[in-house]
Amino acid sequence: MASAPTVDAAFLDKDGNPLFHLEHEPHHPEGSSTMLGFWIYLMSDCLIFACLFATYAVLGGNYAAGPGPKDLFDLPLVALNTAMLLFSSITYGFAMLAMEKNRVAATQGWLAITGLFGLAFLGIELYEFAHLIHEGATPMRSGFLSAFFALVGTHGLHVTFGIIWLVTLMAQVAKKGLIPANQRRLMCLSMFWHFLDVVWIGVFTFVYLMGMLR
Amino acid sequence: MSIATPPPYAGIMTARPRLLSRAFPRRLAPLLLLPLGACNWVVMSPAGDVAVQQRDLIIISTLLMLLIILPVMATTIWFAWRYREKAQAKDYDPDWDHSTSLELLIWSAPLLIIIALGAITWTSTHLLDPYRPIERIDHERKVDPAAKRLQVEVVALDWKWLFIYPELGIATVNELAAPVDQPIEFKITSATLMNSFFVPALAGQIYAMPGMQTVLHAVANKPGNFEGFSANYSGAGFSNMRFRFKAMDQAGFDKWVAQVKSSNAKLDRATYVKLEQPSEKVPPMYFAGVEPKLFHAAVNMCAQPGKRCMDEVMMTDMHGGAGKESAHDTEGLRHDGTIDVGGYHPVEPGKKGEIAQPSGMTPAAQRTPAERGNQAPGQKDADGHAGGHHGHEGM
Amino acid sequence: MSPHPASENSGIWKLIFGRLDWSAVPVHEPIVMGTFVAVVIGGVAILGIVTKYRLWGWLWRDWFTTVDHKRIGIMYMILGLIMFLRGFADAIMMRLQQAWAFNGSEGYLNAHHYDQIFTAHGVIMIFFVAMPMITGIMNYMVPLQIGARDVSFPFLNNFSFWMTTAGAVITMMSLFVGEFARTGWLAYPPLSGIAYSPGVGVDYYIWGLQIAGIGTLLSGVNLIATIVKMRAPGMSMMKLPIFVWTSLCSNILIVAAFPVLTAVLALLSLDRYVGTAFFTNDMGGNPMMYVNLIWIWGHPEVYILILPLFGVFSEVTSTFSSKRLFGYSSMVYATVVIAILSYLVWLHHFFTMGSGASVNSFFGITTMVISIPTGAKLFNWLFTMYRGRIRFELPMMWTVAFMLTFVVGGMTGVLLAVPPADFVLHNSLFLIAHFHNVIIGGVLFGLFAAINYWWPKAFGFKLETKWGKRSFWLWVVGFWVAFMPLYVLGLMGVTRRMRVFDDPSLQIWFQIAALGAVMIAAGIACMFIQFAVSIMNRDKLRDTTGDPWDGRTLEWATSSPPPDYNFAFTPVIHDGDAWADMKKRGYQRPVSGFEPIHMPSNTGTGVILAGLSVAFGVGMIWYMWWLAGLSFIGILAVAIGHTFNYKRDFYIPEDVVESTEGERTRSLAMQG
Repeated sequence: MASAPTVDAAFLDKDGNPLFHLEHEPHHPEGSSTMLGFWIYLMSDCLIFACLFATYAVLGGNYAAGPGPKDLFDLPLVALNTAMLLFSSITYGFAMLAMEKNRVAATQGWLAITGLFGLAFLGIELYEFAHLIHEGATPMRSGFLSAFFALVGTHGLHVTFGIIWLVTLMAQVAKKGLIPANQRRLMCLSMFWHFLDVVWIGVFTFVYLMGMLR
Repeated sequence: MSIATPPPYAGIMTARPRLLSRAFPRRLAPLLLLPLGACNWVVMSPAGDVAVQQRDLIIISTLLMLLIILPVMATTIWFAWRYREKAQAKDYDPDWDHSTSLELLIWSAPLLIIIALGAITWTSTHLLDPYRPIERIDHERKVDPAAKRLQVEVVALDWKWLFIYPELGIATVNELAAPVDQPIEFKITSATLMNSFFVPALAGQIYAMPGMQTVLHAVANKPGNFEGFSANYSGAGFSNMRFRFKAMDQAGFDKWVAQVKSSNAKLDRATYVKLEQPSEKVPPMYFAGVEPKLFHAAVNMCAQPGKRCMDEVMMTDMHGGAGKESAHDTEGLRHDGTIDVGGYHPVEPGKKGEIAQPSGMTPAAQRTPAERGNQAPGQKDADGHAGGHHGHEGM
Repeated sequence: MSPHPASENSGIWKLIFGRLDWSAVPVHEPIVMGTFVAVVIGGVAILGIVTKYRLWGWLWRDWFTTVDHKRIGIMYMILGLIMFLRGFADAIMMRLQQAWAFNGSEGYLNAHHYDQIFTAHGVIMIFFVAMPMITGIMNYMVPLQIGARDVSFPFLNNFSFWMTTAGAVITMMSLFVGEFARTGWLAYPPLSGIAYSPGVGVDYYIWGLQIAGIGTLLSGVNLIATIVKMRAPGMSMMKLPIFVWTSLCSNILIVAAFPVLTAVLALLSLDRYVGTAFFTNDMGGNPMMYVNLIWIWGHPEVYILILPLFGVFSEVTSTFSSKRLFGYSSMVYATVVIAILSYLVWLHHFFTMGSGASVNSFFGITTMVISIPTGAKLFNWLFTMYRGRIRFELPMMWTVAFMLTFVVGGMTGVLLAVPPADFVLHNSLFLIAHFHNVIIGGVLFGLFAAINYWWPKAFGFKLETKWGKRSFWLWVVGFWVAFMPLYVLGLMGVTRRMRVFDDPSLQIWFQIAALGAVMIAAGIACMFIQFAVSIMNRDKLRDTTGDPWDGRTLEWATSSPPPDYNFAFTPVIHDGDAWADMKKRGYQRPVSGFEPIHMPSNTGTGVILAGLSVAFGVGMIWYMWWLAGLSFIGILAVAIGHTFNYKRDFYIPEDVVESTEGERTRSLAMQG
């Protein structure tokens, strides 16, 4: 690097001398880093789930002379639950398509349906939890149940916050329309929502399906 | 402790090509320690073969690294002086920022050292694995394969150490003894908290953990009275969780065993459960008899009456749990909270320690000083101030 | 003080105050009460001064609600320095206790206090001294060095700072109300479980770290996005200033490590609050899992701390040797390799837990491998000095002291990575000496180099050198006097966290160490005197050039302190040492053609959210469920309300830019 560094042709003035500053402020589209930043956040969230999966992997067989997955899991119910979440992802996709076409009413409609599917998912999950607790299979009963409730419950908490966020965004779209800031926010929530879907596929496979095979 | 005759180096290098001369560290060890006079550098001059090999490893690794560290330090000082602004060095070159040969050197020199050190690490870690029965008594004597290892079961209690000799049917608190040159196999667990069983003069440490069993193999080569303690912080009484390790010749050991057996106390479960309760500065105690399988109960957290043993619970778990109905049945499963460590308060000043001492136990403090065995110079025996509290509660 | 609240409390009291009662206030403990009175008097005095000179408005508008990365950086540094005094007070109390408690003496601290003090020392020094200070420096310098106007998410930056502060407030609160954890700084279960630590101490620990952790994580996200997205035109990745590179790696480590801490502490709090069985001995829990998880965060954490300072040393060495950095690309690769390897070594913190020999060897060897890129870095600094003209200003002095100190810490670190050697040195004072050797010799010396190096940039005047040199010598000599005895004691088989000792032959070493601590205390005093003297003589020490050290990177291209918008025009970069390159080619500063500059607006939301978080933490710690519930709802409401504010930016008008730049033109002309 001892010689003079080469200069990118874009940064030369008309005489071929290097430019050291831009004459005019470059146009940074507002929120240009938002998607990247949110994606980085999602990756860190993914690590929290990774820890919870690892915890479940370590403690998943520690029943403390209590019930195991086969005694507790109701697979058809969980399959229904999974369907709810998968449908909500699809309807969110429709909401995004409507947003692309700048159709406010359709966007809001699909978002509402997504929220309802999310609520259905949460409702079924809460029913499952209540049933387990009623049978004595509380998070305190064994390491297995602690890890189960922590993993599934954390996912459920994420869905809850997703729904609160979704309602907030619907209010904002109603107020301001599909302005770029709102579109960006809807795209962030979209990433979040699909991310939760992917995590749930992991939960369904790793906890429920493999639990029944254990 | 004297460091005049450091044990000869042999250690981990014997089985492999000689990177360094055998005699090198042997001569160097005392040299490194020379300025310290009669200080008690127990890690550098231990009395057990395992610790000796670990000491040698410290010395070899340090020397190996000094090969690069010392030149770097010297060069730093030299460059800092040579290229200071005032010197106006003629070879100043503000744009000189790359040299492929130098880059090669600066990556490969540390790499070579680490390759050497990595090889030593791999072999020594396997050879000195605490789970591996030792194969030599010291650098010149092999262990006779037919010889039996002295079995000692260790339970870390809050905050004292229980030693059970299953073959001899005796147990002690805060005093461990073993004949020199006989391999010892420690099986180690803890009642409540994570501790680390460490006798620096004898061998490296290993954690003592509740519900788990760790193993340590060691041998003492020199008679003496050494310190042992917990090397992992475990709450309020941690500082006083010390014991004496007495290495003695076979005759001395037999005498010691007889002395323990002359105690009129027995370690049954009820006594053990009392002993589990937190206490500090506990003087050594002797038990002439031990209930069989007490250590098994300690490891499996089922010494208290009505407790289900962990091994049985785990067996049930391996078979897929105990069925739906077992959800409400937690009888005998709880262990945490049965020993009130959280509620323990250090003894008020001026009062006698509330040490759990079941009747019939013999605190060593009540014995004559002559019976206490030899003490290392400069070492105060733990017996010295047991019971009372000399300190004041400050703040 | 009883860790258990008295049980005679009536139901209504319990409902309102949870487990808080008068026994939580340590009225009968003279040291704590003395500190409390001093803090109250000092606090009232400061509040009085602020009120008297009507500074509240200024503080709120220009500082508390600011989104300017430079001001936030300075606030991080102030937080770090204040907490450093607390952390050091703990350190010197420990040294005194250990030098004292011999021959049957209990010293002056009982176990209840001593155990809190060493826990608080570790927690505060790592989370509330080292982390805020490196974050502060990165916050201040990274946008300047890449030619940006601010970070990617300016509001998030303000919020992160206040969350870190909220964590510090909760931790400090434990000194006067209740107690701090008595578990050691990583709070291993089962000791930190509810059965063995039923008091509020561990809960203070958990909530202090969780709340501060949110701030740390978000500031990591923020700085990564900033470095990836906001670089000036022409600044390719291999033309990034080396400090930006090390900051990038450090922040990637933050984002990849702190979620693990969040998760593991959340599981611990479930054990404590709900009674789950993650880390219990019984009911199928596994305490070893906690130890693994916390070190999966903990080992990268030490590289999070040291990497940015490696960058500082590179900048300083190159600047003060008046020479390009030797081996820039190998420096970059070394940084990246260190960052990756830092995830493959966590088990070396517990070789003694009984893993098999192959597992132990694997982690021992990966640990040693880290010393190769670290060694390469050291050589690079060495060859940067080679053929240079080294000006021994304070930053360079700290750098040379670092090089000589750090190699010893590195050596003892590799020694500890040999598992059988670790079996005799683990948890001993040798280990304590080792990590203080790298953290003080690396992180702290690096911070001092950075403070002395960049102070003129932040404040427009240099730090004076007389007190700076006194501080330097007292620190460096004090460090060696304080920690060499600890190496010795480690070789004498003395373990850490001991409160009283049996063997009188050890005492002399503890006394020497205490003497070293006193020297360091004098060094700290000299540092604060240095700040005070410099501020008083600021006119004499004034630097109007903006480039007092003949710097090489972009931050020196603008005025000191930089204007709110950092650069009147977005700089264009042709070389790694951008500013040196510009100077060499006769760059002329533009004096006309200014345009309005787009900037983010200030907001008070960060302060409010952090305040609510403190309330939430207190509610959780003391079981005041109504407070926790209400403040949590408040946090949600304020956060959602904030998203309804779409106007978050403004333009600095052309004439303001013109007059600011005109002033600089005049001051540059005046000094010729």
